[in-house]
Amino acid sequence: MATDYIVGIDLGTTNSLVAFMQGDNPVVIPGDDGSHLVPSVVALDSNGQPIIGNAARNSLIETPERAIYSVKRLMGRGVEDIQQELKLFPFRLAEDLQAGEVLRIKLGKRTFTPPEISAFILRQLKRNAERFFGAGVTKAVITVPAYFNDAQRQATKDAGRIAGLEVLRLVNEPTAASLAYGLDRKQNAIVAVYDLGGGTFDISILKLHDGIFEVVATNGDTHLGGDDIDNLLITIALDDIRGDMGVDLRRNAEAVQTIRQAVIAAKIALSSQSSIRLDIELPGGKRYQREITREQFEQLIQSIIDRTVGPCKQAMKDAGLKPEQIDEVVLVGGSTRIPKVRALVKDLFQREPHTDLNPDEVVALGAAVQANILSGGSEATENMLLLDVTPLSLGIEVAGGVTDKIILRNSTIPASATQHYTTQVDGQANVAIHVLQGERELARDCRSLARFDLRGIPPMAAGMARIEVKFLIDANGILHVSAREQRSGKESEIEVQPSYGLTDEQVEAMILDSFDNAEEDFRRRQVIEARSEGDTILAALDKGKKSPAWGQLTTNEKKQIAKMEKALTAVKSEDDYHAIRKAIEALNQGTTRLAELMMDSAVSTALKGKTMEQADLGEGPSAPHPVAKAEFE
Amino acid sequence: MANSFQTATSTPAQDVTQSCWSCGAMRTAYFCKACGKVQPATPVDYFTFFGLPRKLNVDLAALEKDFYLLSRKLHPDVVAQGSRMEQEWSLQQSSLLNDAYRTLKDPVRRTEYLLRIEGVELEEQSKAASDKARNTGEAKKQIVPPDLLEEVFELNMQLEELRMQKKMGEDDPALLEEIGKEKLKLEEKHEAHLRDLKAYWGNWDTLIEREQHGDAVSPEERRQARDKMVDLLNRRNYVRNLVRDVNEALEQ
Repeated sequence: MATDYIVGIDLGTTNSLVAFMQGDNPVVIPGDDGSHLVPSVVALDSNGQPIIGNAARNSLIETPERAIYSVKRLMGRGVEDIQQELKLFPFRLAEDLQAGEVLRIKLGKRTFTPPEISAFILRQLKRNAERFFGAGVTKAVITVPAYFNDAQRQATKDAGRIAGLEVLRLVNEPTAASLAYGLDRKQNAIVAVYDLGGGTFDISILKLHDGIFEVVATNGDTHLGGDDIDNLLITIALDDIRGDMGVDLRRNAEAVQTIRQAVIAAKIALSSQSSIRLDIELPGGKRYQREITREQFEQLIQSIIDRTVGPCKQAMKDAGLKPEQIDEVVLVGGSTRIPKVRALVKDLFQREPHTDLNPDEVVALGAAVQANILSGGSEATENMLLLDVTPLSLGIEVAGGVTDKIILRNSTIPASATQHYTTQVDGQANVAIHVLQGERELARDCRSLARFDLRGIPPMAAGMARIEVKFLIDANGILHVSAREQRSGKESEIEVQPSYGLTDEQVEAMILDSFDNAEEDFRRRQVIEARSEGDTILAALDKGKKSPAWGQLTTNEKKQIAKMEKALTAVKSEDDYHAIRKAIEALNQGTTRLAELMMDSAVSTALKGKTMEQADLGEGPSAPHPVAKAEFE
Repeated sequence: MANSFQTATSTPAQDVTQSCWSCGAMRTAYFCKACGKVQPATPVDYFTFFGLPRKLNVDLAALEKDFYLLSRKLHPDVVAQGSRMEQEWSLQQSSLLNDAYRTLKDPVRRTEYLLRIEGVELEEQSKAASDKARNTGEAKKQIVPPDLLEEVFELNMQLEELRMQKKMGEDDPALLEEIGKEKLKLEEKHEAHLRDLKAYWGNWDTLIEREQHGDAVSPEERRQARDKMVDLLNRRNYVRNLVRDVNEALEQ
């Protein structure tokens, strides 16, 4: 079995998961608490050490200034993009943040960029997988919302690199879900995937054709999801409290978090029951109590879930399909558990949607399928190929601030376009290019991806230079640019300055930074594990000495064992786990005959050839052989 | 395998002149016939890439089949475990494949593309001109097709009135209905132009077939076949822009 595992990761707004292909089936890898979902929450403890997932959830209430959730909303965005977010989420930005700079979030005294915070989550998933496999994991497929733009994708890839993962592919979440669904039904069909998660909404329409998953259209909203429902409920509760009790809790982070967790629980409960009673203890001992019926809840969220209708209709229009031409509809994302959402989808596509797979896990499972395809495939994934599209048009700003679209949305990726530029004045050496993403006519209404200069154009009369610029969107949906001056044949130098991204140098520095820490974490864990293993074998040896088998050893054998025992005891108190393991191994080998003799006397030849470590069947419920156990005592 | 490729006759993509970098066997333009490895891209036009003659009537089912077939060999997923070089070639080849398929499967894009590689500067006549007009902030100076002149004049008056009314917060159902009717007419015209365009394809394809059989085709014949399509595409673009203007005015 190859040790080179490629895992599939769903890096979600609310929860994250890691999965891999076990035989013919993708499975989610649980964390050490047994849970499949790692909440996408990061906090720092009082020593400044990161805590991730379930363990960090209490920090949201207890030390909100050192905790963060829903960081995915900040990936690849600038401070001017997130004004709305800042009103609703307790994000604390660094004070010295400049417009156009990559965001930095305060956690306690330190600041982190969104990719660094996401990297904490990825590192936790990586650790979970490594513990599961008992081997290192360095390669991953990570999912992103289909409607993520270039900057958001690049930020996700950066997060992977910072976490020590080579990101082999970014896969769109709805497409990944279709892969998980498509495994056991390889027929030809048109499938719509409706994916309403914690923070993002995607709709993708795919054509399944003999194992090819061809996305024909996608649309969405990267700021629409369960978070919006939670925020609405929180706002209502805060208004209620202010009105009824005259207390304004909006600035009380602890109270807001308590309310948040209560309304989330209520929201979830209302998917299965017809009413719920909110009962929240407020600071000062007062209680906020309120009955919410499902009917009221559905009225409240109507305007939020209605925002998914426009993108669905646009996707169908782009695909040139009518609802009746869609064969199957698949639901993905925790928010699709809400009965009202299901009713909306059913109404929109005139079809009962599929819910066979757990909507929280299906994306990670699909990522594992794609990881399997990339690692060369297996029988289960043979013939499977994903053809995805770019969700947004790529354009160039031309005179007058207008966007000239060069790659249209829903183009199958990889896709490319070539543009020609010339100079405006004699001897001009640079040409400035502004790359945009979006559907709007004017450059200022589109997303600025990058501004760059073509430099070093040889001196020529105005209009003589002919510079060919090639724009290429790769299979991850990420843009690459290259340029050449055609008359001189000279490769023009391009300096692409991403509008909202980290530079390569910054990412490298963060990798080094995190690598140092990761190394240290890894080392510390190894030492602790090696010591405890050493204790186990020494305890077993103590018992062995008291057994009749000890008397059967030669003096020389006993001497050797004593020497190795001393060596292990000595290195155990030090921090070198390699040395500890070596000493354990030596003692283990040196006591093989002792173990055999013990076995012989206990259970005849049944366990022959076992080492001391394996023969020590004493203690605890895991002992497989009662006879051996009796003998050891 | 690759059945539909054999329908293509004597096209450069099928002319094997190079050998595979990996196993040394003869190769096609994109992958090796012997070992299946992806090959460095050679600059070819989209028709050549698919092994098609430069004809405008295209068998779309066969094109799709070839697209899927080539995707299975050229997509970056296939060489995810390959060398850096293979990955780079696969990226180039599959982007070329996707660009070619996207262009050829659409009747209008296909026609525009053919005209461009036949040396017609289509953009000069439509897109670039309208861009320039937009950029300078002036009204579009597109040449109005004479038979549309009266209709366009009337429509622009109506749209102007609609914008005024919207500004004043007024509502005139009769005007909206008239504009709606006009929009419908334009959309029908847009569709009709596509049908007309397809009718012209035959003229062009006949010339190509004659050439394939060794008959001489005069530059004048070529030019005439081309110009008819250019004219029609320009008219169609004009109508499309009008529909867009109407939609914008209605949505504002």
